[in-house]
Amino acid sequence: MASSIRVRAIVNGETTEVQTLIQHPMDSGFIKDDKGEFIPAHFIQELTFEHNGRPVFVADWGTAVSKDPYVKFAFKGANKGDDLKVSWIDNKGETDTATFKIQ
Amino acid sequence: MRFWLTILAVAALSMAHPTHAADSIDPAADARAFRNYFVEKFPNVKLDDFANGPYSLNEDMRRQWEGKEQFPPYEFSLEAGKELFAKPFANGKHYADCFAEQGIGVRQNYPQFDGKSGQVITLELALNQCRETNGEKAISYTGDDMAALTAYMAFTSRGKPFDIKVPDDPRALEAYENGKRYFYTRRGQLNFSCATCHVQNPGERLRAEVLAPALGILNALPIYRSEWGGMGTTSRRFVSCNSQVRGVPLEPQAEEYRDLEYFLSYVSNGLPISGPGSRP
Amino acid sequence: MTAPDDSFPVTRRLVLRGAGSVALAGLGIVSFRATPAFAAANDKYPEGAFKQKDSKEAIKQLYGRTAEPSDKIKLDAPEIAENGAVVPISVSTSLADVSSIAFVVPENPNVLAAYYKIPQGTLPNVANRLKMAKTSTVTVIVESGGKLFSATKEVKVTVGGCGG
Repeated sequence: MASSIRVRAIVNGETTEVQTLIQHPMDSGFIKDDKGEFIPAHFIQELTFEHNGRPVFVADWGTAVSKDPYVKFAFKGANKGDDLKVSWIDNKGETDTATFKIQ
Repeated sequence: MRFWLTILAVAALSMAHPTHAADSIDPAADARAFRNYFVEKFPNVKLDDFANGPYSLNEDMRRQWEGKEQFPPYEFSLEAGKELFAKPFANGKHYADCFAEQGIGVRQNYPQFDGKSGQVITLELALNQCRETNGEKAISYTGDDMAALTAYMAFTSRGKPFDIKVPDDPRALEAYENGKRYFYTRRGQLNFSCATCHVQNPGERLRAEVLAPALGILNALPIYRSEWGGMGTTSRRFVSCNSQVRGVPLEPQAEEYRDLEYFLSYVSNGLPISGPGSRP
Repeated sequence: MTAPDDSFPVTRRLVLRGAGSVALAGLGIVSFRATPAFAAANDKYPEGAFKQKDSKEAIKQLYGRTAEPSDKIKLDAPEIAENGAVVPISVSTSLADVSSIAFVVPENPNVLAAYYKIPQGTLPNVANRLKMAKTSTVTVIVESGGKLFSATKEVKVTVGGCGG
């Protein structure tokens, strides 16, 4: 898979439960490498989930979110088979986006 | 009371092989004594749960682990391992060609004693031997690729009980015994043996870490450690354990490490493969 | 993954596209219910708040208000983090009309860890994994009906998540 984003979106009654795991170093900028130099901060700043073109969850992250970040939330109004679009942008301006089918 | 049980257990194990005569090495008896020691020490722990290391002994840690297992950080290493495993060598062959059952669901059979070479073959060694046989260079035993490959192979064996064989061959028995001796020998500036932490003090804290019980300790390897921020192999763990007692580590996959893995895996026969695991 | 020009991190991008919600629709951002003139209500990434070293300052920058403790917030965090690099923390609440949730870790070098926007139809529950530099309280802020509520829990950390 080329995308950094992994999602599990499952309908449970009236709500859709979404879990996501993203491959990203989330470097805080506080850690030094073997040479004693600080590894520059490199972290996702904004992560957006959209359903039917409408954001259902937006995460603004700082440097304290763990490496290979994870987040879980739930929302109403989606059906099995609907698309869930996930996109992020980090402090270097790098981005990734992927769309998943809600199960 | 605990102190005396420890002494008795250690004495029972050491009495099982007073000399080097092959016919006094009794792995089956060792395995029974090893298992009984932990089962008696931790009567509330289900036998299979020992394969979950410190999480079998600490409730607060267990909850954190279970939370993370819902969507574990090692997903990416596992995917990488699957891809690496499927990638053909330059000569067109695959890792699958070097293993029984195409390498799927076989992790619980390693380490194995190889009668031809007279040495213990671990999964990591088998993978590199496969590479070299097929004209590829060996990969680092402590690097990410070996970790990813062994993670994938462990995953295909999840739930299967360890099934290590020590054949009635004096060389195999000696290798097993060598591993056991390594396990109980003190080393390093801190003068700890593997047993000091993992037999005498499982569940206790050693600085910031909660010690895992030796029973089932290899069932979860390779492990994704929060401390490493990534997946690491058995070789990596053995090397770092040696360093942590301020000893000089051996080379990864040195004979003693392989024999150690042989012994520790054998005495955990019957417990399920839980790898790839997560640890702090 | 695309890597646009480094001089366009998310904040400048949003400003250049204009403050109106229509112009921002391309980014999937729409404005939310409350309308105070603070970072939280704007669609910009609250860069200033994320650089704060003091909790009160961070919350002030983010919301412009202070929070009062509420027993209707359930903050789930371990007693002793198994490793400060990955501490699973989650929150759920029975408070109504929740529009945002934020996590503050006072002993971290930057105290604001995360800020979540909760549109209508999304449940006021979030689970995430945060880094903690050392033993610290963790405070969750819940914006409900335009007011701020909080809950706090102490998490002991023996192996720090910031390289310690």
